[in-house]
Amino acid sequence: MSTTAEKPAVPDREPGEAGQSLATSGRRGVGRRTIRTGRVRRLTRRDKLVLAIMVGLPTLIQLLLVWLPTVFSIALSFTRWNGLDLKDIKPAGTDNYRFVVEDYPPFWPAMQHNVLWLVFLALIATPLGLLLAVLLDQKIRGSKIYQSIFFTPVMLSLALIGIIWQLFYNRDSGLLNFLLGTAGTPQAVDWFGDSNVNIWAAMVAATWRHAGYVMILYLAGLKGVDPSLREAAAIDGANAVQTFFRVVFPAMRPVNIVIVVITIIESLRAFDIVYIINRGTNGLELISALVIQNLVGEGQVIGVGSSLAVILLVISLIPIVFYLIRTFGKESKA
Amino acid sequence: MSTLTNPIPDTTATVVGQNARRRHYGTHIFLTVMAVMWLIPLAWSLFTALRPKADTDKFGYFSFGGTFNFDNFVQAWTQGGFSKYFLNSVLITVPSVVLTLFFASMMAFAVSRVSWKFNITLLIMFTAGNLLPPQVLAAPLFEMFKHLTLPYSFSDSGNLLNTYISVIAVDTAFQIGFCTFVLSNYMKALSADLTEAALVDGAGIWRQYWNIILPLCRPALAALGTLEVIFIYNDFFWPLLFIQSGDRLPVTTAINNLQGEFLANYNLLAAGATITVIPTLIIYLVLQRQFVAGLTLGSSKG
Repeated sequence: MSTTAEKPAVPDREPGEAGQSLATSGRRGVGRRTIRTGRVRRLTRRDKLVLAIMVGLPTLIQLLLVWLPTVFSIALSFTRWNGLDLKDIKPAGTDNYRFVVEDYPPFWPAMQHNVLWLVFLALIATPLGLLLAVLLDQKIRGSKIYQSIFFTPVMLSLALIGIIWQLFYNRDSGLLNFLLGTAGTPQAVDWFGDSNVNIWAAMVAATWRHAGYVMILYLAGLKGVDPSLREAAAIDGANAVQTFFRVVFPAMRPVNIVIVVITIIESLRAFDIVYIINRGTNGLELISALVIQNLVGEGQVIGVGSSLAVILLVISLIPIVFYLIRTFGKESKA
Repeated sequence: MSTLTNPIPDTTATVVGQNARRRHYGTHIFLTVMAVMWLIPLAWSLFTALRPKADTDKFGYFSFGGTFNFDNFVQAWTQGGFSKYFLNSVLITVPSVVLTLFFASMMAFAVSRVSWKFNITLLIMFTAGNLLPPQVLAAPLFEMFKHLTLPYSFSDSGNLLNTYISVIAVDTAFQIGFCTFVLSNYMKALSADLTEAALVDGAGIWRQYWNIILPLCRPALAALGTLEVIFIYNDFFWPLLFIQSGDRLPVTTAINNLQGEFLANYNLLAAGATITVIPTLIIYLVLQRQFVAGLTLGSSKG
């Protein structure tokens, strides 16, 4: 067992990693550096000006509309403000955070829902996408048609997915209650309205999209796996399951990292679907929706909204930093 | 040699082939069941949309009784004001995608083709910015736009709120990061000799970028362009935050109001949802390869 399993794992890892570094930094790093030093000297003053504009414009946009607001969010989370006059901004210390954690009823349900959302995507949607990709990667008839079907929801906005599933889940006119035989009876469930089940119903709708997304990324990943690895594993007597888990899956490491990051980020960004159902209330509380509830409408509480935004920011920084280290770690060392 | 090596691949091939054929029945059953489940929500919307409300009231939603026609689509289109919403979507999506690709390609060129002390730092900043949840930036952006006083001849709200520009600017800023990341990887893979040769001919930086590198990036730009059109067309959040007048909303955000507008008429709501699906479906059918290429470009390097 162990010998057959380990043998293919060794040749797999080498081409995988060597191939990757070749394609990214390794080969070009050497070539580029020699040219670089030559080129720098040949940059004219005009070239430098052009370059400064080429870098400066996008950087300015990015700083002004992404990073400055991020800093402001952090700053506002330590203040009390109704959003009207800039003079009314009053320092509040950590009051907003204390209020959110101790006295704001939807906060902990929202945290739980976000975790549940992540676990659901990670344990059901993502593996389902992987399974579909593996099945469709075989040479089976109609693979392209299946792919198109599973991929269609990825093209749709989550807001629209909310509406489409609303029609499917509706208590009186939805298909699901009819299929379950409860339509028109008192047992009929209002899938998006009942606070006991609506988070599950929303996660199923989100899975509809997420699984297709994961499938398409893994299909590309599987095509990138060197076919000789599978042959080597087959010759060594590994069965299909062993070949997949010990050879093919580890060889897709770059894709796996992207999928992990996408799954975490998507679960933190989940917003549109719950907002379109009921603005993220009554069983569908999510941190992202609570942020918006505190910012728009009557009685704006910018400080509280911002402290929720900062909590969301801190949690999202975990997968973001993980991804950046994985992606740029090698390059900055090279 | 050949007599020794040939039989081995042959036997494995036939064994694998037989296994595969046996397994494929199960696979097909599973995939067909999944595909049907996948299509049911869409099919149900279409089915409901094609039936007049009077018929569903009479025969019930779960029946084939009555007529099937496009009346709901016509009514939803006029009553819901879809032509206006689609125009708004175009007015937001086209400038956002063009600006995003333009800025991202410049930035990608600068960080990938020219030595620059901070190019990795900048690239990290751009990539990280794209991964942030939009809600983190919501309050400050809203307040920044609200407190930026503009002449009323330029904006009837007196500030940047309720304008297309606010949505275009933020969409662009948010998407530049992803496109820069993808394009810089693509440009890095282009041979350094290309710009070297141009340099010898005395071409400046702008000509290297505009006349040499950018034309070579056409496949990546096409893929990213398709992807960004879908991303921005599908964006629900920024218009929701910035645009207050309902008649300026793009389609994706406007469907939020249709639920109230069409009240309990699910046939109309279904027609409205189906109308909203159509543009994405057309883009998908025409540019499927570009779209998939765009999605996988971002993940090919991890």
